[in-house]
Amino acid sequence: MITLLRELTGAYGPSSREEEIRNTIERKISPNVDDIYTDALGNLIAVKKGSGNGKRIMLAAHMDEIGLVASYIDEKGFIRISNIGGINPYVAVGQRVQFHNGITGCVCYEENITDFKDLKLDRMYIDIGTQRREITLDCIMPGDIAVFCGEAIEQNGKFISKALDDRIGCAILIELIEILKDCPNEVVFVFTVQEEVGLRGAGPAAFSIKPDLAVAVDVTGTGDTPECKPLALQLGKGPAVMIKDNRTISHPMVKNALIECARKNNIPYQLEVMSVGGNDAGTIHTAAGGIPAGAVSIPCRYLHRPCEMVDKNDALNAVKLLNAFVMSPMA
Amino acid sequence: MMQKLAELTKLDGLSGNEQDVRKYIIQNLADKSLEHYTDNIGNLIVKGKTDGSSNLKVMVAAHMDEVGLMVNYITDDGKLKFSTVGGIDSRILIGQHVRVGKDKIPGVIGYKSIHLQDKNERESVVKLKSLYIDIAAKDRENAEELVKTGDYVAFDSEPVFFGENKIKAKALDDRAGCAVIMELLNEVWPFELYACFTVQEEIGLRGALVAANRVKPDVGIVLEGTTCADVPKVKEHEVSTVMGKGPSISFADRASIADRELLMHFFKTAEKEGIPYQWKTTTTGGNDAGKIQTSGAGVKTLVVSVPCRYIHSPVSVLDLNDLKNMLNLVSKALHTLPEALGR
Repeated sequence: MITLLRELTGAYGPSSREEEIRNTIERKISPNVDDIYTDALGNLIAVKKGSGNGKRIMLAAHMDEIGLVASYIDEKGFIRISNIGGINPYVAVGQRVQFHNGITGCVCYEENITDFKDLKLDRMYIDIGTQRREITLDCIMPGDIAVFCGEAIEQNGKFISKALDDRIGCAILIELIEILKDCPNEVVFVFTVQEEVGLRGAGPAAFSIKPDLAVAVDVTGTGDTPECKPLALQLGKGPAVMIKDNRTISHPMVKNALIECARKNNIPYQLEVMSVGGNDAGTIHTAAGGIPAGAVSIPCRYLHRPCEMVDKNDALNAVKLLNAFVMSPMA
Repeated sequence: MMQKLAELTKLDGLSGNEQDVRKYIIQNLADKSLEHYTDNIGNLIVKGKTDGSSNLKVMVAAHMDEVGLMVNYITDDGKLKFSTVGGIDSRILIGQHVRVGKDKIPGVIGYKSIHLQDKNERESVVKLKSLYIDIAAKDRENAEELVKTGDYVAFDSEPVFFGENKIKAKALDDRAGCAVIMELLNEVWPFELYACFTVQEEIGLRGALVAANRVKPDVGIVLEGTTCADVPKVKEHEVSTVMGKGPSISFADRASIADRELLMHFFKTAEKEGIPYQWKTTTTGGNDAGKIQTSGAGVKTLVVSVPCRYIHSPVSVLDLNDLKNMLNLVSKALHTLPEALGR
C-alpha cells in the first residue's frame, strides 16, 4: 500500500484544483471499472456494475487536500496568503510548500510579531526566493494554491505523510476496486472534490447518482497522544464506524450493517462519536430527497499537518470491512 | 445604466421585501418582449434573447435585497427597538436617517449623548440593544398608530453623484449587479441566458439556491458589490479591492471557490481586451455563488464584483468606471464562453 500511497499523497490537489490527483486515480482504476466520468465540479465517478438485483451503493473519499492560496503579491515578490480549508497558522509556520507547477516556497511571518497569539495568516507570507513582484508573477498568479510538502513513508507499521486526509481513503477505495468481484450490488466509487472547504463536492455527486445508501471513507482524530483531549479512538484498533459527527448522524441501517460485517468477519473496529468536524456524509445524506449514509473513518494523528499518521492495519482492515459491506445483500 | 443604478438605490428592498426592486426591474427592461417570471420565494428570472448557437445554459445572478433593520419592540415612550437584517456594523448606525414600514415613516437612530456615557461606553463599540429609532412619537400608543413590530427599516439615503465618476448611495450592494444585468439583457446571446435577480442574499444566500435549482444552469456568474478597503492604515494585501482599478475577480471566498476554467477565461478576456480588472485580495465573505455551485448536480461558478467602499452602510461609494468595465468584461467574456468551454 505504501507505493500507492506515496503516489497519491505526492499528487498535487488542493480543493478546486484536483486535476492531477484525479488523473492519477483515473489511470489506476479505469481498467477495473465499468464506467468512469468526471462531473461539473470535478468529482471522479467510477461505477462497478452489480451482478444481481442488488442496491446502488455510493462510496466516497475526497481527493482534495488543504492548501494556502496566493492572495496578493507584493512589490518585493512575497506572496500573501489565505487558507483553503482548515490550516492552523502555528502549523503553517516554517513549512515548505509547493505550488501546482512545482514552485517551492517557505511559509514565514512578519518579524514584528512578538506574541504568537497574534499569529494569523494575514500576517504571514510565502517566500519563493524572488526579489520583485514581476518575477513572482512569472510563475505564480493570485489564486494559485500551495500545498504542504511531506513525502509518505512507512515506519513501525504506520504511514506518515501530508494529505493522508484523505488520500488514505482514496487508497482504500482503489484497493477495493481491485479486489471487488462478483458483487451483487452496484458500487459507485466517488472521489470527491472540495471536501476541505465545506463538503461541497459530495452533495452534488450524490444528487446525480441517487444511490440507495452511501458510506464516506475519511480520516478522523484520535485520543491517544500525550496530554490530548479525551477521545475514544486509537491508532491500530481498527477502522471506526461513525455513529455521529458534527454534520451527520449515521443512518442506523448503514451503521448496523457495517458493525455486523466487522463482527462476522472478525475485523477489528471502533465506534466514532465526534462533536466537531464532518465528512462527505454530511452533504450526501441530505441530497436527492435523503440518502441513508454513514462513514468508515481511519483514525489519524496530527490532522491537517504535513506529518499525518495512520496505522497500516487500520487501512487494510477498512478495505476488508468495506469489501464485506458491499458484498452483503442489502435489505 | 448610471441613471438606472441611481433609481434602483432609491428603492427600499430589504431581504424578504424586494417587491419594489423587482417591479422596477420588470418595468424598466428595455426589451418588453423578454419572458420573465417570479418564483415562489420572490426571485425574478428573466430569459435573455438567444440565437441558439450553443447548448450552454448560463445563469447570471445579482441580488435585489439590501441590508437594513426591523422593528422588534416598541417602548412605553414610543421609541422603536430593532434587530438587523443582514450584516451591519452597529458603529455606523448612530445618527442615521431611516424610513420605517410601508408608509416610510421618517426616523432617526439615537443614542444617549456623549456627556451621559460612562468611560466604558465611550471607549467600546456601541451595542445594538442600546440604540433605538426615534420617530418623534409621544408614547407607545402614538407610535403604534404609525408603525408596528415587524416593520422593515431602510436607510434614508439619496444617491449623489460626486467627485470623478463616483456615486454615493445605500444598497449599491447589490443594485450595482442588478443594473449591470439589466444591460446584459439588451444583448443577444449564443446560449440560453437566465438573468436571476435573487432575494434574501444578505441573510444567508437563500434565494439563489431556489433559483439555481429551477434554472439548472451549466454555469453561474454572480455579479456583486464587494468590500473595498483602500482607505488609510489598511495594508495593501488587506484592501480586498481598490476603487477605480476595475471589476474584481474572486478566486475564492468563504462560500465558493472559482471554477478554474471560468476564472482563466475571464482573466484572459480582460487581458486580451485591455479591460481593467483586479484580483480580490481577501477571501472573506460569501455570496450567491456558494449556493449556486452546490445546487443540483453541481454548477461551475465565478464571482465578478464592483468595489464598494463603506459597503453595508447608507454611504457606500462606487466608481462608475468600475461598473462600466464590469459590464464590458462580463459581456465580452460571456459572448466567447461557448468557445472557451468547447460548447
